[in-house]
Parts: sequence; C-alpha cells; structure tokens
Amino acid sequence: MSQGRRVAVVVFPGSNCEHDAVEALERLGATAELVFHRETTLGNADAVVLPGGFAHGDYLRPGAIARFSPVMSAVAEFAAAGRPVLGICNGFQILTEAGLLPGALQKNQGLKFLCTTVELEVASNTSVLCSGISIGTRLSIPINHFEGNYTCDPVTYDQLVLEERIVLRYVDNPNGSLGSIAGICNEGGNVVGLMPHPERACDQLLGSEDGCVLLRSFLEAA
Amino acid sequence: MSPAEDIDPVLPGGRVSPAEDIDLDLHRQLGLTDEELVTIEKILGRPPNRLELAMYSVMWSEHCSYKSSRVHLKRLPTTAPHVLVGPGENAGVIDVGDGIAVALRIESHNHPSAIEPYQGAATGVGGILRDIFTMGARPIALCDSLWFGPTGGTRADASDAADTARSRWIAEGVVSGISGYGNSVGVPTVAGEITFDPCFASNPLVNVMCVGVLPVERLVLGQASGAGNLAVLLGSSTGRDGIGGVSVLASAPLEGGDGSSAKRPSVQVGDPYEEKRLIEACLALLDAGVVVGIQDLGGAGLTCATSETAARGGMGMEVDLSAVPRREAGMEPFEVMTSESQERMLAIVPPEKMPRVEEICARWEVAASVVGRVTPGGRLIVRDTIGGIELASVPAASLADEAPLYERPMSAPSWDAAVRADAAEHLPPPGDCGSDLLALLSDPSVSDKSWAYRQYDHQLFLNTVVPPGGDASVLKLKAPGLPATNKGLAISVDGNPRWCALDPRAGTAMVVAESTLNVACTGAVPKALVNCLNFGNPEHPTVMWQLSEAIDGMSAACRALRLPVVGGNVSFYNESGGVDIHPTPVVGVVGLIDHLLRPPPGMALTDGSVLFLLGPPGTGLGGSRWATSLRGFTGGTLPALNLNMHVSLIDIVVSLVRQRLVCGVHDISDGGMAVSLAEMAIAGGVGVAVSGIEGHAELFSEAPTRVLLAAAPAEAESVERFARDSGVPIRMIGSAGGDRIRVAGLLDVTVATAREAWSTGFPE
Repeated sequence: MSQGRRVAVVVFPGSNCEHDAVEALERLGATAELVFHRETTLGNADAVVLPGGFAHGDYLRPGAIARFSPVMSAVAEFAAAGRPVLGICNGFQILTEAGLLPGALQKNQGLKFLCTTVELEVASNTSVLCSGISIGTRLSIPINHFEGNYTCDPVTYDQLVLEERIVLRYVDNPNGSLGSIAGICNEGGNVVGLMPHPERACDQLLGSEDGCVLLRSFLEAA
Repeated sequence: MSPAEDIDPVLPGGRVSPAEDIDLDLHRQLGLTDEELVTIEKILGRPPNRLELAMYSVMWSEHCSYKSSRVHLKRLPTTAPHVLVGPGENAGVIDVGDGIAVALRIESHNHPSAIEPYQGAATGVGGILRDIFTMGARPIALCDSLWFGPTGGTRADASDAADTARSRWIAEGVVSGISGYGNSVGVPTVAGEITFDPCFASNPLVNVMCVGVLPVERLVLGQASGAGNLAVLLGSSTGRDGIGGVSVLASAPLEGGDGSSAKRPSVQVGDPYEEKRLIEACLALLDAGVVVGIQDLGGAGLTCATSETAARGGMGMEVDLSAVPRREAGMEPFEVMTSESQERMLAIVPPEKMPRVEEICARWEVAASVVGRVTPGGRLIVRDTIGGIELASVPAASLADEAPLYERPMSAPSWDAAVRADAAEHLPPPGDCGSDLLALLSDPSVSDKSWAYRQYDHQLFLNTVVPPGGDASVLKLKAPGLPATNKGLAISVDGNPRWCALDPRAGTAMVVAESTLNVACTGAVPKALVNCLNFGNPEHPTVMWQLSEAIDGMSAACRALRLPVVGGNVSFYNESGGVDIHPTPVVGVVGLIDHLLRPPPGMALTDGSVLFLLGPPGTGLGGSRWATSLRGFTGGTLPALNLNMHVSLIDIVVSLVRQRLVCGVHDISDGGMAVSLAEMAIAGGVGVAVSGIEGHAELFSEAPTRVLLAAAPAEAESVERFARDSGVPIRMIGSAGGDRIRVAGLLDVTVATAREAWSTGFPE
C-alpha cells in the first residue's frame, strides 16, 4: 500500500519539477515533503525522489555540481541502506554524476531539446519502480530533456543486461540512448533513474495515467 | 555605433553643476532632440550633466516613455469590474474568483533578436517573467508570437538564398533561445504562433507573453513608500551589457546587413539559473511580507527602477552607486545607471525587515545589496557613496512620467485607395483547389509547428490540458499556494499583418475577433487582453496613421466584446533600409473556464460526426493567405466583421462546448475553410465530405466570425436549434468519414497527402 508513505523530494536551486512530484505522489496517497539541498538528513522519509529540473543551472554538466550538495551524502547513505531512491530526468543525471548509478547522459542525438510523449516498454521488473509490472508492458509517458542520451561502456552495458537492470526502454528511441535505455537501476534494484517523467502522466485530464503504475510500485517498495 | 562609447568617461566631479565640457550634440548621440534638451534644462533649471543626460535619454526613449503612442493608447478600454491592475504597472492583473488573480503581460524583444537571435529571445523571456513575478504572481505559462522572413521552400518565396539562410538562422536561434531560457528557468511555454513573411526578413518580431497566478492578497505594486525604507538591489551584478539598449536598439531603425553587428554589445546576455533563484527568492520575500514594493530592472536598468518606484510612490530616492555590485572594474556612473544587465530586481524594504530579507536571499543564493533609500521630496539623487558627492539630482517623476508626448503627423498612405480599389475576388479561380490546399498546408506559416514546441517544456507544473497546436492552449488554474479550484485558463496569441497591411483598423479588429474566438473554442470566456503593437518608424506619418487606425480597431472590438486591455507594449522603429514592416499588432487573450473537468473537444474529427458551419457566409478573399501567399496579390478590401454577430457567436460556441454538444470545433482563419477542414481531418485521422460550398472564394476566404463544428448525429438537431435560437446562421455542410478530404466539385485529396504536406512544411 502506498497510503501514508513519507517521501522526501529533494530541492536543489534550479530544480523545477519538485511540486509536480509532490502532487503526483500525494495523489497516490503518499505524504511528500520538500527537502532543501543544504539539509544533511532526510528526516524520517521512507523513500527519496530527486525531481527534474536544472539543479545548479546544469552548469558544467547536468548533475555535476548537485552531487556536491550536502543532502547527497544523506541520499547515498539512504541508498546504501537498500531504501528506495528515484531520480527523474535531472534526478537521473544527478544519480549518475554521484556514482549511485552507472553511465552518463549525453546530449540528445539531433542536438535538440525534446518535450513529447513517448512509448516505453518495461524491460525488467526487478527494481522498485516496476515490481509487479509484467515485462513488455507499454506505458505512454512524457520526456522532457536535452541531455537524455544514455551511454556507458560495453562492459557496464553487458552487466546491466545480464543483471536485468535495464528497467525501461524506449519503443522508438527518441534521443540516441544506448540500447534504447530510458531507465536503469543499481545492483540492489532500490536506486532507479529514468529520463521520462512519470509524474507528468498521473492525470487523465493531462492525457495519461500510465505514470501512476510506476510511482505506485515505487511507493509500495518504501 | 553605440552612443555609449562616445561619451567621455570622465564625469564632472563635485556637486551637480552645469557641465561645460559636454559635447554640444551629446544629447543627439543619445537619441534626444534639441527640444527635449531644452525641456530637460527647464526641469532642472540648468543644463544637465552627462549622467543626467544619459538617464533622461533612456527614460525618454520611445521604448520607455511611449512618447509617440501614448496619446493614442488612451483610447483603449482598460476597465472592467474584474480588473485589479490595468496598464501602466509591470503587468495587468485580473480577479478570476476564489481568491485568485491572474497577471498577464506581453512584450517585444524584436531588435535584440534581429542582432543576436538566441540571447535576444532568451532575455525577452527573462524580462517578461520579471514583469509577472514583480506583481507577486508565480509565472505559470509563456507564449510567444514570432515573425520571421521566409526560410525558403514556399511557393511565394522569391527572396534570395542569403536572405532565406539568414532568416532560418534567426528563426532557429530564437526558438533555441526560448527553449534554452524558458525550460531552464522552469516556466512552461504553452502557446504561440510562428509566421514567415518577407516583410520580416530584416526585422523579425519576437513577442513574448507571460501569465502568472497569485492569491489576491499577495498582489504588490512597484512603489517606493515610506521615507527611510531601503532600496535593495537583488540578483545579478551589473555589467556593461545592454547599455542604452532601449535607446540604441529599440528606439532607432535597424541598419540591416553589417550595421547591426556593431550593435551586438547592446544585446543583453541572460542567465536563466539566476532568474530561477530570483523568482523563488522574490516570491518568498513577498510571502514573508518583508517588502513594500518591488520592481524589475529591464529597459533603462537602475535609472528606470529607481525613478519609476519613487514616482509611483510620490517619493524620492537616494542612490549610492558604490554599493551596486559590478561585474567589472572601471565602470562609469552612467554605465551603472543605464546598464541593462539581466536578472536584477529592486525591492523596497523597511530597515527592520532587512535581516529577514538577507536570510531568504541567502537561502536562494541571491545577492541582496542596499543601494539606496527612499526619501521625501520626490528627487532622485545619485551619489558616488553614501553622503558623498551628488552625481545627479533630478525630479524622479520627470524621468518616469514627464517625457514629452508627441502627436506625430499622421496620414493614410497614398497607395491606400488604389490598394483597396483592387479586388482579390477577381483573381482567376484555381484549376485545382486541391493543389492550392496542399500548397497552403505546406506553407511553414500554416504547417505543423511541433518542430518548435517540441523544444519547449510545455508540460511543467502539470497544468497543460491542451498543449500547443490547438486553437488556444488550456491550463488548469493551479499553482503551489493557490486555493484549489476546478477552473481553467485558455490562452491565445494572435497577429495578422496580411490583414492589417490592407486595413489596419478592420484588420486589428479581426485579430481581436480571431483571438477571442480561439479562446471560446475551448469553452473559455475571454476575460482580458494584452497587446504588443509592432510598427515601423513613428516619424513616418503613414506608420502613425497605421497605429492610430489599429488602436481604433482594437478599441472597437474590445468594447463590443467587453474585453479590457490590461497591458501592452509598443515596439516602433521596426524598419530596415527605410522600409517599415507591415503593421503587426499582436494580442494575447486569456479566457476563463469555470469547470475544467474534461479536456475541451478540440479540432479532431470523429468518424461519423456531422459537420456544421456556424456563422455568416463569407466569400471575401482580400488579405487571405490564398491571395497573398499563393497569388502574390496584396490588394483588395477585408471581408466585413460584424461585431454584434461575433459577440453572439462567441456566446454560442462557449455554450456548445461547455454543454458538450459538439465533439469537434475549429475556427476558420489562416487559409480559410479549406485549411480548417484539413486540420480537423489530420488531427482526427479521418476524412470528411462537404458539399454546397460556393467555389474557391468560400473555400479560401478568411472572413471572420465562422467556426466549423462537429457533432455526434444524435446531437445534430440540438446544435442546430441552439444556434438558430441565438440568431447566428448555421448550416450543415457534411460529415466525417473515410480517408479523403472532399468538397463537392472543388477538391478531393487524401488525408494522408494532406498530412504529409502539413507535417513537412518546415524541413528540419
């Protein structure tokens, strides 16, 4: 049950999807609280979300400065304890920069920002984001990024495949991501990063509720 | 040549005194006339020194003072019971009920975008955002109206390769700039229009509109009150960028070609990350109740912010220049006072609240420096340090409010009568209306704009119910800290220089009519309008005549629609090589939906639905895209607009949409009924069969006050009855089905062919 789960939504200066994440999580019955990046603890949170946006202006590289924000030590400890951490878009970029997820996000093939709704396919259900969802399930979820082109070295890629850590793949690769990767998880399956925005697909009035499936799974793992 | 560079950097020391070493024509280099200099001397009782002259030159520039347009703008209707703040403040504000207010404003950034498209557009976005959060509103939507020269590929495009390449560079740069700044600053870009026309080849237009929302009680004005209160400069440091932007760039014609590159140092450079933190810090300051007034620094920089806040509050201000954080050493006082460095705000803070201001700003890593204090007496005094020597001393109101007003000579163009005497209706009919339809659909002004809006985050804040691409975009009325409602906002921005070139008065009225109808198509009642009046050189009597006519047309339409004009912007000197652009008044209309529980029907056709034409018959081709783009014919008269009928039509459309009696709705405008039918078919992925259309004239006419409605067969009778009862003509013209767009005796193309033409109009 996702009811009553406490989620810490981290706010860096330059984050902009924090209120959207709170709204979507609360719609699913969770209690979400904004935690400023200067905090050094996550309070009594059951789960952590790093939302989308442009933390520290994305200056240098997306996530490159955010990884040094004080709150990230607490996030790393939380992750090490096996507890659920979700990085959405810029949050995914931060998780890779912080070394909590492997690989990196490069500029989109085509060198343009892309805001559009894409089809995703669940590639693995071993992580907190997709537990209980059948592999091959199609989800319609928006993307919104300039640097969403996932890449990693061949050894890491083989390892991701072997360990079933590719969580979501694009049906029609929009950005040049290696292996059409839209989201991956760590070895424990408790830290997940994805470029698409599930919180933008939690309201039929906005066009899709497919994001609820993912966020509900995440909350239930908390 | 930048006048800023021509000023001797050494200011006269000591107390303010006549500066005998001033070049005799310095005021002219700064864009002031001899008469204006005399007026300044009269105000001061002595000749101004260099700094004072620089301050007057920016504040009395056309861009800041509206000196040529103000006498005309007075004729616009600006009041209504729901208007909380009308023109003259940083943004207009309306009350939408439930304790919620909506702030809106539109502004041009034309000249900077011509010179440096990315930064010009980016800082245009930054500037309009500050106008909105200055009012205490959280910006929730950006929209833009963009006008470029042809980028090649269209049939009517006779421009040479260098021109089209340059226009493409400008168009792509502007779109990237909006994307780069808007996405990063975290405000969705939800609506807009992009049009290509040869008259914008040397002088593109970039108009940006912003809509913000606020709890009514957070409304704050840009006023300096309370002697002894502190003037606190927030945000970025002050550099040499944008010096004289309002006077050098925005208030003089572009020379075109290489002349414009010399002006590049006058284009400001934006930092969206600084602006994002500034937004959060300013809204937090207002929530904490620690500022009594706040104002953004845009055109004319610190001079504008200090003089305007002081003048509005009926106070004076002392400014300590040494306290202004600078980006570089050796800046002269006139540079500090007129710099247009971006991402800066001026807050008026009671001294005892300053520690809390510092605390909030530190959280958001925003610099806060006390640079002055409010004084009684109405004088703006600039000193080099606190208690130091006076570098300038002028009445604040003389800068802000007392620029000379001009009733510039006006005359209808000599060619006006000849143009109107000609008639587009006499053009030979097309051999095949189908190929003309495909040519219109593939015109980049008509074709799919997703190449642009895919680059904009248009979904942020989880409000976007109807994304860009529809008649109007629709947003939930929702933001953190706002009371919960089911209300929605509809937003449309529209302009049409084809119509306005032919007849600025009727054309502008038709633009208002179209924009309000766009909003109505979503079930929203139009509530307020903002305008951005893009015109040529006001020293040309024909341009002043065009402006005056346009204002009269807008005024008439807004009065009929009971639509208040709550803010605006005038951009003159859109002229290059002595040629003025077509008159291009752009309007932004915001409408209100009371219960946004389901998405409005939109334009997509549903298989089996019945199609109606609602509105009076229209066959006039004057000013139509068919006549101008496909036939290169720019004469004739515009089809008539019956404002009373238009008001009734809007009422009916809103009611039909709200009662969900229609399952598809789309107005007839650019490209006429043929293009509207095709767009509905493409959106729905289903064909349509129409009959009883009187030849190509009815097919391609852009006569106003017409809407295509699709209804389920079961609702068809109700729709018809409803319209008849309201006295607006309605006629069943066909039904949706199959995979072809067919108009009996006129055209027959497949939906797939139409889609192909429409989706490849702007080759990437």
